[in-house]
Amino acid sequence: MSVDPDDRALLEALLAGEHRALARTISKIENRSPGYRDLVSELYAHTGSADVIGITGSPGAGKSTLVDKLAEAYRDRGETVGIIAIDPSSPFTGGAVLGDRIRMASTVGDMDVFVRSMSARGTLGGLSTATADAVKAMDAFGKDKIIIETVGAGQNEIDIVRTADTVAVLVPPGSGDDIQTLKAGILEIADIFVVNKADRDGADRTVQELREMIHLGDGSDPAGGGGHHSQEIIDAHDDWDGEPDEDDETDEGWTPPIVETVAIHGTGVDEFIDELAAHRDYLVDSGEHADQVRTRYAEEIRTLLREDVHSMLEEELAAAGGIDGLAEAVRNGETDPYTIASDVLEPVEDCLEDLDTDTHVNSR
Amino acid sequence: MSSEQEAESIRCLVAKVGLDGHDRGAHVIARAFRDAGFEVIYSGLHKAPDEIVQAAVQEDVDVLGISILSGAHDTLVPKIMDGLEEYGAKEDTLVLAGGVIPDEDREGLEEAGVSAIFGPGTSIEETIEFVRENVPQR
Repeated sequence: MSVDPDDRALLEALLAGEHRALARTISKIENRSPGYRDLVSELYAHTGSADVIGITGSPGAGKSTLVDKLAEAYRDRGETVGIIAIDPSSPFTGGAVLGDRIRMASTVGDMDVFVRSMSARGTLGGLSTATADAVKAMDAFGKDKIIIETVGAGQNEIDIVRTADTVAVLVPPGSGDDIQTLKAGILEIADIFVVNKADRDGADRTVQELREMIHLGDGSDPAGGGGHHSQEIIDAHDDWDGEPDEDDETDEGWTPPIVETVAIHGTGVDEFIDELAAHRDYLVDSGEHADQVRTRYAEEIRTLLREDVHSMLEEELAAAGGIDGLAEAVRNGETDPYTIASDVLEPVEDCLEDLDTDTHVNSR
Repeated sequence: MSSEQEAESIRCLVAKVGLDGHDRGAHVIARAFRDAGFEVIYSGLHKAPDEIVQAAVQEDVDVLGISILSGAHDTLVPKIMDGLEEYGAKEDTLVLAGGVIPDEDREGLEEAGVSAIFGPGTSIEETIEFVRENVPQR
């Protein structure tokens, strides 16, 4: 792929460490401006050195405050930090108020903490692609730690957080009875649980309930392990060693630890950092990191292809008279959505079939 | 191929700078901008000019709206403009000022690089319209 000269200059400025270039690159990614794909594909060669941490939890759980303190602690250790803070946008106007920055006050004036607020724009899956690409830009820029912060409500956010190597889920005290912790979704993706606001009433109980939930998970699945990582992969590694019986004792997978913090005072942040590092070590030692990265790239490829096909179909739709006319035809009872879908898709399918036979003929 | 569906949105930083605790106006503007479909980043209260510059650069905003009711605009605004220049962001950021700014100070601020000043009594629609028409093309 060829990058246009302006983008080439932007890329070089980014690699040279200009903040404005990084900011502009992320804007291009967000806007999907022409040529952003070539730019991102150029970035890939310079990535792979950053640790990516995802932080999620319900609104008001203290995510931004914890991220702020985390960034401060990493800075004290001499590491550079990139933060991507994602807030929802209005489904009606597309507008958004991105307020996470207000709570990130400990590190203002320090340009080596790069905070970028993003909102959900565009089509399904678009935000997780944009987030993953923005992470790439920060990685290429040379950030040591990249933190993604998002409200954990629904599939979209879970997809976003999955672009991280390690996912921490914040659970505030008193977030419901023990049935809540059994519910599917957000708690399943945690590599680390953080009970924030641990100085409040009910924190002990929340820790207790989380612990029970984690061990309940252990009980029903003798192979152990929680979190979102595939147990089969770890088992496969056992077989690979050829000594599955011995390994069963030592290689039990990752059990999510529970860390108690009071983010506003910075209490427990060091313990949190230790657990993040421990999880990182576990990923690398167990070989799970490679699988994780592979899965992530597979997902990225799928998303890109889906987007491409989607826009091809939009053109196809326009050729078929536009969506409005078709919708009106359905409203008038002339046809139905299923018929339209297969009609619109037919030329594409024909094309693909022709292509299929061609390649088969050629390969023989 | 038109796979790159553009999803551009106007990004604004609504900034409160210096010792000035009155942010009702900033909130009203932030809300109105949001409803107009803009992406709004609110700085929070009592920010130093450097902090505003840092946020404006990192967030790569199209529009920087500075709200000042303390009377310190002649000191603070030029500092922000200098900071933007330092990062090469002055040229393509639309800078607006709002709040209580006496008529005799307007010229100085405009010379410093402020594109428009919206005093008390400006309608929200007027401000939004101005932003839409004058947002920098990048």
